This record gives sequence, structure tokens and C-alpha cells, in this order.
Amino acid sequence: MIKPEDIIRIGPPQLDGVGRMYFGEIARGLGITLGHLFKKKKTVQYPEEERPLRVQNYRGVHRLNRDPDERVACVSCFMCSTACPAHCIHIEAGESPWPDREKYPVKFEIDELRCIYCGMCEEACPVDAIELTTEFDIVGLTREEMVFDKEKLLEVYDQTKQVKPRKNPKITGYSYTGKPQQ
Amino acid sequence: MVDWLVIQFHTQLGFSIVLLLVVIPAVLTGVGYSTYFERKVSAWLQDRHGPNRAGPLGLLQPVADGVKFLLKEDFMPAGADRPLYILAPMLSMGIAMLGLAVIPWGGSYQPAGLAEPLQVQVAGLDIGLLYLLAVGALGVYGVVLAGWSSNNKYAFYGGLRAAAQMVSYEIPLGLSILVIVLASGQLRLENIVEQQTALWWGFLPQWNIFLHPVSFIIMFTCVLAETNRAPFDLAECEQELVGGFHTEYNAMKWAMFFLGEYTHMIVGSAFMVCLFFGGWHVPGLAAEQTTLWGVLLQLAVMGAKISIFIFVFMWIRWTLPRFRFDQLMRLCWKGLLPVSLALALVVVVELFFNVPRSYWSLIGEVGVVAVALVAVSLFRIPVTGRQWYLPDLDNRTPLRGGSV
Ligand code: SF4
Ligand code: SF4
Repeated sequence: MIKPEDIIRIGPPQLDGVGRMYFGEIARGLGITLGHLFKKKKTVQYPEEERPLRVQNYRGVHRLNRDPDERVACVSCFMCSTACPAHCIHIEAGESPWPDREKYPVKFEIDELRCIYCGMCEEACPVDAIELTTEFDIVGLTREEMVFDKEKLLEVYDQTKQVKPRKNPKITGYSYTGKPQQ
Repeated sequence: MVDWLVIQFHTQLGFSIVLLLVVIPAVLTGVGYSTYFERKVSAWLQDRHGPNRAGPLGLLQPVADGVKFLLKEDFMPAGADRPLYILAPMLSMGIAMLGLAVIPWGGSYQPAGLAEPLQVQVAGLDIGLLYLLAVGALGVYGVVLAGWSSNNKYAFYGGLRAAAQMVSYEIPLGLSILVIVLASGQLRLENIVEQQTALWWGFLPQWNIFLHPVSFIIMFTCVLAETNRAPFDLAECEQELVGGFHTEYNAMKWAMFFLGEYTHMIVGSAFMVCLFFGGWHVPGLAAEQTTLWGVLLQLAVMGAKISIFIFVFMWIRWTLPRFRFDQLMRLCWKGLLPVSLALALVVVVELFFNVPRSYWSLIGEVGVVAVALVAVSLFRIPVTGRQWYLPDLDNRTPLRGGSV
């Protein structure tokens, strides 16, 4: 229950006569901005300079992992496309040519424009075939180009395979301050 | 080259034409680079770098902007008043440039073999000061016409605001200029400048700023308002009016408003430099230089003084928040107007006792401010802030479900 004495009233601060002539406050404000004139600039000159990622579990573009035999690791179980809230994973399964699994993806497409990068697909995958990398600067000139097919997703894996994305980061390592993690 | 032309004409006219051909491109370049500088200053004050991609240090940015503006689609809203819609940006820019004619840029030049020295000024009018005042006040027509002709309610409000603001701020502006006119007894800008070239105690230039600092502050405030610069840019207040008077403008027409605004800034700065900061006077040099190098030095000094003013304009723009419209009006009618009237009165009294341009001026100005301060704080005259006729603030908003 809120009692009247619990309420703190806050009105606008009253200016005294000098304050009402503005000059002091204006001079103070101008002093503050002048100080910033000589401060170190905070801008990161992006294409030349890159800022380290703030969080290591950043969810960027997907990759389709290869197994140790360089085959696509996906077994076409449709778990990811079922889990996907944006319905942006399109898989066509085919009979696997290999004896150790029944199916493999003939077609595997992700519409990177529709994707909301929620990471549900990588959570759902039973064989850790689909993963989200930390790459965020993907571009394309057309919408069609942004639908990544199986070859492209495997290509992403080939380019990023030295990094193991952190799926379940320790929350303690999370930093809002912009300092990169160790 | 200059000498040859002058000798061909043997008149001030020839020199004025040469000067005109130099001043207009110089000012237009200055205007272009003011837009660049504005963005740089805004960036620096916000810990950013500003434009730095087009050319070295981003110096080609104005060129890139110009090309962009020229190549953009020139769109006109349906229902716009066509002739006025097209005329408005031209007026805004053209009128702003008229003021350049009477600015004394660099004293006078005495070439060898010529009896009379040449004024480094396009036109030395007897009423140069009044001309500048009149032309400055005309600048609002561009804004008002733009607001009226675009057939857009936001633009219309922007135009109305500009008109009301201009009418109000003309008065303290005129009064604070009157102070200088009365004290110096001159209406010719070049004479006012010349008067300030003398020295006190052999080192301090007799600039009017030392005699009339309060008038200067009032004039500066009014020039900010006249040029539609923040914190007085209510005519283009984007939070309330989309873009204000230029909501419906694009491409080169839009750019012309801004060229006009920056030209107006340059003219306004030059005006203030002439009235209060000794114009082309080089501090440390007592007399006017009439040799070619002397004139060039004086031109450079004038340019430097104007640049400092332009920097201050930008510095203020990126520091102070915009006024609310009622605050703007109150500041003018209840704040600047009484003070500037009192200042004019004080100068008249000084003239009566025949002591203008002496330490009495400074005493008078400081006295007026002291009286104003006492009045404001003693009687709690609310020039700004919450007004007395409004009900007391009670911020006890009952919380839903609470027991208040
Ligand atoms: S990250 Fe989310 S939205 Fe994107 S494909 Fe995976 S499940 Fe779908
Ligand atoms: S969940 Fe994994 S294995 Fe199943 S279809 Fe998706 S990527 Fe392939």
C-alpha cells in the first residue's frame, strides 16, 4: 500500500535571478562542449578498424558443419526448420549415399533476411550440424543472394572452422561495458 | 593585374568590380566550407571525426554534396504555389548576399600614382549600416514565402514562427545597433571601423566591445535569431514541424536555403566584427595600412575574425537546446527589449554630458545589467522559467491502485 508520505514530489528546479539571466548556465554548457572538442574521438573507422566483439556468443550468419570425413554433418531431421520461429529454413531430404545415416539434405536453404538470428536452430540440432557464427557483416545486392544454399553454408564453415561458436556462454562473462572478453 | 585594371578605370568603380569578382566567389566558397565546418564542429563536440571520406580530411565533401544536390530529383508538391515556391529559395539566398556590398573588407588601398585611396569595399554607402539592417530583415521573406507556398501545414507554421521571431528580434537588434550609432555618431561602416583603430594606453585597441559589451551580447543573440540559428531555429524545428519551412523542399532548392543561411551568417558576423571588434583592424597596429601587403593582411584579419564568429555560432548550436516558442518570445520582449532600451537611454545621457566612447560607456552598460539583475531577482520577475500566472506544480499523480 502506498501512503501519501511515501510519495516524493519533484518539481522543476527553480532558478535564482542570476540563473534566470541564463549566462552562467550557457557558459557552463559551452565549457563542457569545448572540453569535448579536445577529447579523444570515440569513432571506430569501420572498414579499416574493427572493434572486438562485445560478447563471444554473438549470433551471426549460420554455417553448416562438416563431419570429420568432410561430409555435410546434417542428417535432415527437420528439427531446426521445425524450431525456427521465422520459418526461414527450407530443407529437402534425400536418401543418404552413406551407410551410417538414412538421410542427408539434398537442398538446404536459409533465408538470411527473414532469419531473426534467435539461435533456436542450433539449439534444436541433434548432431550440432547447424551453428551460428559470429560473422555479422554479410551483404548482398539482391534478396535472392541472401538466401544461402547448402554450398554457401558449407563455405561459411570452411572459412570459420577454426572458431568454435559458444552456444551456452557463461553469463558471468557477459559485458555491457564494451570491453572485449578475454 | 589589379593595378592594371585600376589604372584602366582610374576610379573606385573599377576597383569595386574587381572586388566584387573576388568577394562573391570567396564568400560562396566560404559558405560551402561552412557546411563542411559545421559538420566537423558538430562531430568534434560529440567526440566524432566528422566527414573524412571525400578527399583528404573530407575536404571534397562540399563538392560531393553539391553534385548530389544538383543530381537529385527536383520535386514539387501538388498544390504548391509555383512561382512563389520557386522564388522563395532564390530570395533567401539572393537577399542574404546583398549585405556583402557594404562590408568594409580591408580598409583602403593606395596604389602608387593614384591621388585618392581606393576603398576595399564594394559600395561605401552613407547609410551602410541602415542598409545592412534593412537587407538583413528582408531575409525572412524567403522563409515566409517558402512556408506559405508549399501548401503544407508544418511549413506554414514554420513560416509564421519565422515571421513572428524576426519582427520581435529586429527591435532589440536595432536598439543595440543604435547604441553604437549614437556613441560613434556614424552611419558609415568604414568610419565606425576607423574610429576603433586608435589605441588606449598604447596597446589596447579601442574596439567597441570594451565599451559596450552588453550591447554586443544582445546584438549577438539577435543575430542568432535573425539567421535562424540554434537555439532560435524554431522555424525549422524538426521535433515539432518535421522540417519547418523547408519540409517540402529538396535538391538544389533546399540547398539554396542553407547557402542563404550560411551567407547570412557570414554577413551577420562581418557586421558584428565591424561594429564591435574593429573590423579589419589588426590588433597591435595603430594605423591603417594602405600598401598592398597591408591591405592583404587586413583582409586576412577580417576573415579570421569572421571565422571565429562562425565557429562560435556552430559551437552554440551544438551546445544549447532549442527554446520553446513562448520562451523565445518572452526572452525577447521581457528580457532583451527592456535591457536594450535602457542601454540606448544610457548612451543618450552620455551624449548629453558629452562623454560617449569613454569609460562611462562601460560603467553605464554594467550598471544597466546590475539593475536588471536586482530587479529580476528581487521582484522575481519571471523572464524565463515558470510563469507566475500558472498554477502551482503538484506532481502528485495518483498511482493506479494507490491510496492517495
Ligand atoms: S536463428 Fe532462429 S530464425 Fe534464424 S534460422 Fe535459426 S531458428 Fe530460424
Ligand atoms: S536440426 Fe541439424 S541435423 Fe536436423 S535438419 Fe537441421 S541442421 Fe540438419
